[in-house]
Amino acid sequence: MAKQVKLNVGIEDNLEEITLEIPESTPRPWDGQADLKYVSKRVPRVDGEAKTTGRAKYTFDIQLPGMLYGKFLRSQYPAAVIRKIDTSKAENYPGVKAIIPVQEKLPMIVRFAGQEILAVAAETRHQAEEAVKLIDVTYDVRKFVVNKEAAMEKSAPIVFDTNVEEKSAENKPGEESGSIEQKSNIRGPRVTPRDGTPDKVDAALAGSDATVEATFRTQVQTHSPMETHGVVAHWTAEDKLKCYASTQGVFHVRDELANTFSLPKSNVQVITKFMGGGFGAKLSMSIAGFMAAKLARKANRPVRLMLDRKEEHLCVGNRPDSVQTLRIGAKKDGKLTGIKLISYGTAGVGTGAGTSGPARNIYQYDEFYAEESDIFTNAGPGAAFRAPGHPQGAFALEQAIDELAHKLNIDPLEFRLLNTKHNDVRQVQLKIAAEKSNWKKRNPRPGADSGPIKRGIGIANSVWYYFYGQNFQVSTRVFSDGSVQVTNGVQDIGTGITTVIASVAAEELGLKPSDIVVSIGDSEYGFGPSSGGSVTTGGISPAVRDSAYLAKMRMFEIAAPLLETTPENLVAADGKIFLKTDPAKNLSWNDVAKKIPGDNFITIGERKQDYFQPKIRTIHGVHVIEVAVDTETGVVKPERVFAVHDCGRSMNLLTTESQINGGIIQGLSYALYEDRLLDRNTGIMVNPNFEYYKIAGSMDIPEIKSVILNVSYGHNSTGAIGIGEPATVATAGALANAIYNAIGVRLRELPMTPDKVLRALEMRKGAES
Amino acid sequence: MDHPKNKKTNETNPKGISRRGFLKGLGVTSIGVAAAPKSELLAKLEKTPSPNGKLLGKDAVIITLEVNGKSLQVEVEPRFTLAEVLRDHLNLTGTKIGCERGACGACTVIMNGVTVNSCMTLAVDAIGQKIETIEGLEKDGHLSKLQESFIEHDGMQCGFCTPGMIMSAKDLLDKNPHPTREEAQEATAGNLCRCGTYPKVFEAIVAAGK
Ligand code: FES
Ligand code: FES
Repeated sequence: MAKQVKLNVGIEDNLEEITLEIPESTPRPWDGQADLKYVSKRVPRVDGEAKTTGRAKYTFDIQLPGMLYGKFLRSQYPAAVIRKIDTSKAENYPGVKAIIPVQEKLPMIVRFAGQEILAVAAETRHQAEEAVKLIDVTYDVRKFVVNKEAAMEKSAPIVFDTNVEEKSAENKPGEESGSIEQKSNIRGPRVTPRDGTPDKVDAALAGSDATVEATFRTQVQTHSPMETHGVVAHWTAEDKLKCYASTQGVFHVRDELANTFSLPKSNVQVITKFMGGGFGAKLSMSIAGFMAAKLARKANRPVRLMLDRKEEHLCVGNRPDSVQTLRIGAKKDGKLTGIKLISYGTAGVGTGAGTSGPARNIYQYDEFYAEESDIFTNAGPGAAFRAPGHPQGAFALEQAIDELAHKLNIDPLEFRLLNTKHNDVRQVQLKIAAEKSNWKKRNPRPGADSGPIKRGIGIANSVWYYFYGQNFQVSTRVFSDGSVQVTNGVQDIGTGITTVIASVAAEELGLKPSDIVVSIGDSEYGFGPSSGGSVTTGGISPAVRDSAYLAKMRMFEIAAPLLETTPENLVAADGKIFLKTDPAKNLSWNDVAKKIPGDNFITIGERKQDYFQPKIRTIHGVHVIEVAVDTETGVVKPERVFAVHDCGRSMNLLTTESQINGGIIQGLSYALYEDRLLDRNTGIMVNPNFEYYKIAGSMDIPEIKSVILNVSYGHNSTGAIGIGEPATVATAGALANAIYNAIGVRLRELPMTPDKVLRALEMRKGAES
Repeated sequence: MDHPKNKKTNETNPKGISRRGFLKGLGVTSIGVAAAPKSELLAKLEKTPSPNGKLLGKDAVIITLEVNGKSLQVEVEPRFTLAEVLRDHLNLTGTKIGCERGACGACTVIMNGVTVNSCMTLAVDAIGQKIETIEGLEKDGHLSKLQESFIEHDGMQCGFCTPGMIMSAKDLLDKNPHPTREEAQEATAGNLCRCGTYPKVFEAIVAAGK
């Protein structure tokens, strides 16, 4: 049965009425006029107490009776063939209970320094570490290559002699993967069929009044979550595996384990109650999961296998580097004619170095063409990393756009407005940025400040895509004492989905978020999404609301006769159920619950397809960054960041703000500090720690202000869309543009360290004299 | 890296544990691989008279640690760090480990009124010291004002760095009850947060001081 609802939808207060047909069993979607008590407000995390008292148990904290500690032996060479492994000494070492090679039969090919060779489980972690040192491996050392330019040469050592299939656990927007050519170490170029052709884009560029052509370089960034990868594997019966995992996808990991051990899904349980960050690196199980489970089976004891910081840097993912040559052009009036991007990068022994998302999806243009290639090198594999391909793509594109605006003598913000007319949300965001940031105070003449410290302001756009996933089931269970439990398997990777679930359910039921017990992070609960691609909140929240709505209806059915009315006349608010027309006629939630037959009832909300596809399927952001550059030392200090973002309807302004802060800070860290350095003579990472692989610390943090736009479409019951990824896309580009505004020199290579600033200033001086 | 916190650890040079015992404890980790020069070093150490006649290692010893006002007995090898003893042996897993080399601050605890990285502190060096961990902040079932402030201001995302952050903040507030944002920044300079929660951490600390 369907019902018709009228909604007022649009951006902030700029609303229009639409009529929508929705299933009878679902609530009227929250629209632009929804008056809500908890949702879209600032609700503190419901698991805040667990996290601030140390009671929150992460995978790293799990201790089971009889638990053993696992440790990997890793290759010290970047390329080798292993002919022999002698474990005899280790087997006799005290405490050692199991030793299992990663590959059952030798020879084994090693493709990067740090690759797993075998794993040991012992009574204590020290024993496991000692035992690993006692293993003799006979390596047949091969030639290797870690530099991607060298890897592209004809004579380069070949990393893979067979074709590599792309395996991907995340959403890759706009990348239809066909069969991609692979020649020696070069996989690609990949061309997206729906783009134009090189001839057409060249013609469009030739007909432009101004063009910019430049090459941009970005570095390899490691995810570096504070909690490293790891699992605790426990065989509770011969054919039953329980696994605590630090993962972004309990269901995905369950499937991987079920496949590996030929177990039915029903016999594998994956649990992630708290997890210490992933940023894309923990979408799949990683080899640690398989090996822990194998060790546990062999030793017949639970095994905890956590990586250390060095292993985390080396082996479990990174953001690939890139070299992007961009040509863009525009007419005198500022209209973009064409964008041409030739890009390559290395994800080591992995794939995924594409960067074309921003260039393809932010601006309007006549023609577009991109070629993207993966270069294989003997280095740890890349993995999805918060907006894969996008911070690197935006770093290049947004600088080129800036440069083109300068060539045409158009204000860079104005230039962006001119070329995004197709996108109402972005138009609003750019206007807000113009009004509310310090953009208008910016000196349009680059490098105009006198004195050694020069200040500048830069802007850049962000883009991501609305994904949500389907068929997730959320259950709401109301007990006869009035307590409420909402359950779904989804994991909270730090974004605050636990609190969102509590708030959405509380809003619908007329209770407080603290009244709702949220049970998540367990593959034995209802199906939920992997947290990647910014899908979690948009994926789960409508199912939460729909299930709570059904629970409310059940409560109304029970309450109606008691209040001598019919269910449709009732509302639930402030812990009471009462007559819409006469709030004095009410019953408390708990009194109604007492009448629940038996002990409790359960309702299920299912995530179905959206009612319709929103007109705008991208999500956006604009960052305006103010910077101070010390031209004597080259030190870049971001001073202020203004960000405006949209994520449909934010479910919780407080945690959304935190995610935006996090995206910006990771973006600044990427832009200024982080760089995975491999020694080209040995193929070994020289900074696998936090001293020399620097990530942003408290002293590096500028003032950050963000505006979160409310964009309601009415496309599902909550209207939530993700924010994790778009928050980090624009930052490096905006910072680079701010530096240009400050010192009049463009930095086209990340990270923008003092040496690069000084070199760029020197070169300009040289060019001037 | 020479983080101020670690310097402080060295300054509070514990009494009762000889340097020789300390070194020997460390040396044990490499005995397995039988690196000749190290064995010689150990042999030399054996012969060096110990200043107070006390020699620890390589076997485990039972020690008493004073954690959050409670005396706890635990059997440790001299090489065990305070962080691992708290976590793996005393089940106080609120203290985290993010790097195990003094660079991230996830393991921050307060020892005799000074923050230390417990991953850089040997458990035997903590004998006789007053150790405060995140688990000790809650009093009689009530959260401290600082913890409440972290919750209210959302001073956490994944929460893995949070115990360390809060311990650094507590140390600041103990000494400076009304810190500014800049002082909060400085106090947490040794605490890395990959989720980038810093701005709200500063807010929480400043608000807790008001
Ligand atoms: S774990 Fe102790 S400082 Fe990182
Ligand atoms: S909250 Fe995740 S590392 Fe700080």
